[in-house]
Amino acid sequence: MSPTALTELDAGDTAAWIRRAARLIAVRADELTALDAAIGDADHGANMKRGMNAAVEALPDAPEAPAAVLKQTAMALISKVGGAAGPLYGTFFLRMSTALAGRQTIDTAALADAVAAGIGGIVQRGNAETGDKTMLDAWSPALQALRDRSGEAEGTLARAVAAAADAAAAGRDATEPMLAKKGRASYLGERSIGHIDPGAASTALIMQALADVVSGRVTGEA
Amino acid sequence: MKKLINSVDDVVSNALTGMAAAHPDRLRVDMARHIVYRATPKEDGKVAIVSGGGSGHEPLHGGFVGTGMLDAACAGEIFTSPVPDQVSAATAAVDRGAGVLHIVKNYTGDVMNFDMAAEMVAAESGTQVATVITADDVAVEDSLYTAGRRGVGVTVIVEKIAGAAAEQGLSLEQVAAIAKRTSESGRSMGVALTSCTVPANGKPSFDLPDDEMEIGIGIHGEPGRHRAKIAPADEIAKQLVDPVLAELPDGDHGVIALLNGMGGSPLLELYLMYGEVAKRLEAAGVKVERSLVGDYITSLDMAGCSLTLVRADEEMLRLWDAPVDTPGLRWGV
Repeated sequence: MSPTALTELDAGDTAAWIRRAARLIAVRADELTALDAAIGDADHGANMKRGMNAAVEALPDAPEAPAAVLKQTAMALISKVGGAAGPLYGTFFLRMSTALAGRQTIDTAALADAVAAGIGGIVQRGNAETGDKTMLDAWSPALQALRDRSGEAEGTLARAVAAAADAAAAGRDATEPMLAKKGRASYLGERSIGHIDPGAASTALIMQALADVVSGRVTGEA
Repeated sequence: MKKLINSVDDVVSNALTGMAAAHPDRLRVDMARHIVYRATPKEDGKVAIVSGGGSGHEPLHGGFVGTGMLDAACAGEIFTSPVPDQVSAATAAVDRGAGVLHIVKNYTGDVMNFDMAAEMVAAESGTQVATVITADDVAVEDSLYTAGRRGVGVTVIVEKIAGAAAEQGLSLEQVAAIAKRTSESGRSMGVALTSCTVPANGKPSFDLPDDEMEIGIGIHGEPGRHRAKIAPADEIAKQLVDPVLAELPDGDHGVIALLNGMGGSPLLELYLMYGEVAKRLEAAGVKVERSLVGDYITSLDMAGCSLTLVRADEEMLRLWDAPVDTPGLRWGV
């Protein structure tokens, strides 16, 4: 672990996360769209790039609390993305924000609780379950990784988030052999097998962005 | 990619600008929010109807705004549903005190965004909102393992019939009921001869060899359920008519038939296909009460067509025949 790794996320770190996520999604937008073209409607990268750019623009210069950052991110995604990704990611960040109300900093346990609340929102909005070949298949293992490490001693945030990012990436890859049961890909039936779910792929990038910020590899300027 | 565009980011905005310029007497376009309104709003006390969805399906939905059909249409990005802000703004703007019906195609994104919009409207104003979801695509066989049947061609017919019912002053409950009945009475099936090209993607959404076709296509370039060797039109007609008839609700009534182009097939071929479809319907003893042939719910530049049949009772036929005056559908005026 880098000596500059964070032990907690404050409002500025949370904003750095959103900026980093926007950057990763912008860089990989064509790849996300290509994944979507295979089993969906070829717009996921373009839509997420548009939404995350709007989220970055909405970030205040000096954010007051993590919850405020996440709420503004949610509203930007809901009002800019459209499709299924807008309501799902919007609801995720909105529920995270609600779960973190009143906190100035986020430790591993609080992060796990907030991600759990966000996942609850995705499940409610999308009526999906783990194994349906959706973004949940990346979020669920990420949450499990956070939970597994939230009982450890102080200073584990970087290790927990790194593990969660790895778990999300593994979850993304695990969608490849699955049969899609939700969203546009479900209409392909058997032919959805053999393609990575684009929503799981963007989720893995969002978790990777958090790991990058927490590890100190990138800063608020990311 | 060879398209008549300026830049891929401005396709929807530029198209709406042109639509407003082409129909100044009929339409008013909110360019900031990408909402198409009637130039002259409906009178007080009548139910209003809002629909919308991804762009790329023209004339659906903006082309069906006008007397006897929609009060507003929300244009999303290409193949992407509109966002809740758009839908709630449109809903609030067209409410004439009698409530608003949302007509929503059964695609996950459309359903979620309209659902969120209805929640927002309920929280912010007293506007009553009812929703009907169209889900007519018989290519989707088992909704236990999918997001359910896609809303395709029947959407046009629901918008026309519900629009007429609203124009005649029926209550929100009554308009929603006839919309639901129409939706449930209709079934569709589509075929693609080529993929379409989403401007932002720049290349065809899927590869389809010259000698193959996709059967059971949706309207977003998402591949259908299976591929087959290209066949003569009479055989393709059979592959559309048979599954639609197999799923069409039973009844003594005849049907409204829509032979819809996906955007890239000329009318010559669509009329030819309709001739084959009409022959098969006659042979099956299904009476065609009304028919419509042309591009109504398209998929950008995709070649191919879809067939929609709606088993129509007398009230539905009467509402179908009622005057309509929109850029995309016009009669009786």
